[in-house]
Amino acid sequence: MSENPPFTVSSFYRFVSEKRLMAAKCNECGTVLLPPKPMCTHCLSTNLKWIELEGAGKLVSYTVIYVAPEQFQSLAPYTVGIVELKNGLRLPGMICGVDPEKVRVGMNLKIDFEPSASSQWPAWPRYFFKPP
Amino acid sequence: MVNKPLVSIVSAGSSQFGRLDGVYGRELFADAAKEAFSRCPNLDPIKDVEALFVGHMGESYEHQGHTGPTLADWTGLLPKPAVRLESACASSGVALRTGIQAILSGMHKVVMVGGVEKMTHRTTAEVTEFLAMASDLPFEQWNGLTFPGLYALMATAHMHEYGTTEEQMARVAVKNHHNGTLNPKAHMQKEITVEKALGSKVIAWPLKLYDCSLITDGASCLILTHPDLAKRFTDSPVHVIGSGQASDAIGLYEREKLTSLKAARLAGQEAYRMAGVEPKDLDVAEVHDCFTIAELIAYEDLGFCGSGKGGNLIEEGTTELGGKLPVNPSGGLKSKGHPVGATGTAQAYEIYLQLTEQAEKRQVKGAEIGLSHNVGGSGATACVHIYRRN
Repeated sequence: MSENPPFTVSSFYRFVSEKRLMAAKCNECGTVLLPPKPMCTHCLSTNLKWIELEGAGKLVSYTVIYVAPEQFQSLAPYTVGIVELKNGLRLPGMICGVDPEKVRVGMNLKIDFEPSASSQWPAWPRYFFKPP
Repeated sequence: MVNKPLVSIVSAGSSQFGRLDGVYGRELFADAAKEAFSRCPNLDPIKDVEALFVGHMGESYEHQGHTGPTLADWTGLLPKPAVRLESACASSGVALRTGIQAILSGMHKVVMVGGVEKMTHRTTAEVTEFLAMASDLPFEQWNGLTFPGLYALMATAHMHEYGTTEEQMARVAVKNHHNGTLNPKAHMQKEITVEKALGSKVIAWPLKLYDCSLITDGASCLILTHPDLAKRFTDSPVHVIGSGQASDAIGLYEREKLTSLKAARLAGQEAYRMAGVEPKDLDVAEVHDCFTIAELIAYEDLGFCGSGKGGNLIEEGTTELGGKLPVNPSGGLKSKGHPVGATGTAQAYEIYLQLTEQAEKRQVKGAEIGLSHNVGGSGATACVHIYRRN
């Protein structure tokens, strides 16, 4: 995938299919946008570039979902959290590879990818977090 | 000093809230309108009401959009302009604010505002999915987050940062269920105990069944006019003296904090400033307890207590009926029920009853100043209104 696709959710997920966590960075004010947006929401510049983020961080909160929407029912109960990456940006994601009873606020996690995209709309692949 | 009114509420109505089989949302809205019309014999709705603004969250529930003219038709208001406003669970709080703007602009002298949702004919899984549409699709819904899940993330963070407990959250449910037993229009008129709440089925840990508001059918409405015209319709109007609204990121993960809703803090500050009142001046409040943790966070965001002290406030009994500041005397979303589009004006309906001494067994004696706090989604919209009796 070219390094300058449009600053869209679809581009974010195309990078996920390549196992890369990418964000938009404003060349004017330096703000990093995760999720990427077509303009800098801090200074309104459209002079942006893609940067790759290190997918490691700490868990800031979590929940264990028992009552799930239909498409997730086969996974329930599953853990979802919000991870604060090293640059301070946050991303929600499922937390895999750890017993829900052992999940703790503050634990270290890193991103991993399931690159195959869903066949239905929205045809996005998935990322998730797991212990390092 | 309390400031002059923005608009006056000259009447209000509400349908029964509950599991109401065999009726459509439009018929529930007609029930609410009938009550509002009959409470105000000096109002000739067909002649006097010039526009309708209604909150309605989702076409998915009834496979029915274009709600504005539909509800105008079912309440005899055709051909008056009628608009549906969608701001998730804050839809009718926003409809109220839009009605205020319509009066203040001078374009309309009398308007009806309200809201409706018909939900219970759908399965819990379907409702869970429809409600989740008010959260962020590509990062929240896509990762299996639900609305209980989003508020559970706030609860976990609040527990971690401030030591808030599951028992304190359960106490919110116990209080609001008690209040609901005093409200004949409440969905679930049933006392519960802390033990029962703590032992109920886990929905999204740490939130259990009794931490969650109800899936409910219902409708509500208000008749607004310019304060100078209010006496034409009633001797006992309730005045709206402050209105605040703010927006935040749709994704909870993009917000400044997980333990407070910035949009609610900003909306509250705007409403207090406009009204010229402070939290200590309030006699009664209806807050958006879509989950028990949301009521504790509302106490903090609205300045009823300091950050992280919501758990203490519920334990001290301050917000019970008979306490210094009763909160959710109607039973709240927790026990009166949460037909999402109807909730904002249903809160205003309760404050209207309280400030006109019509709240019967749950009346807060001598209440003069009230507040309503209506939140959309996980906090991307918040709307706060402040009211005073005539």
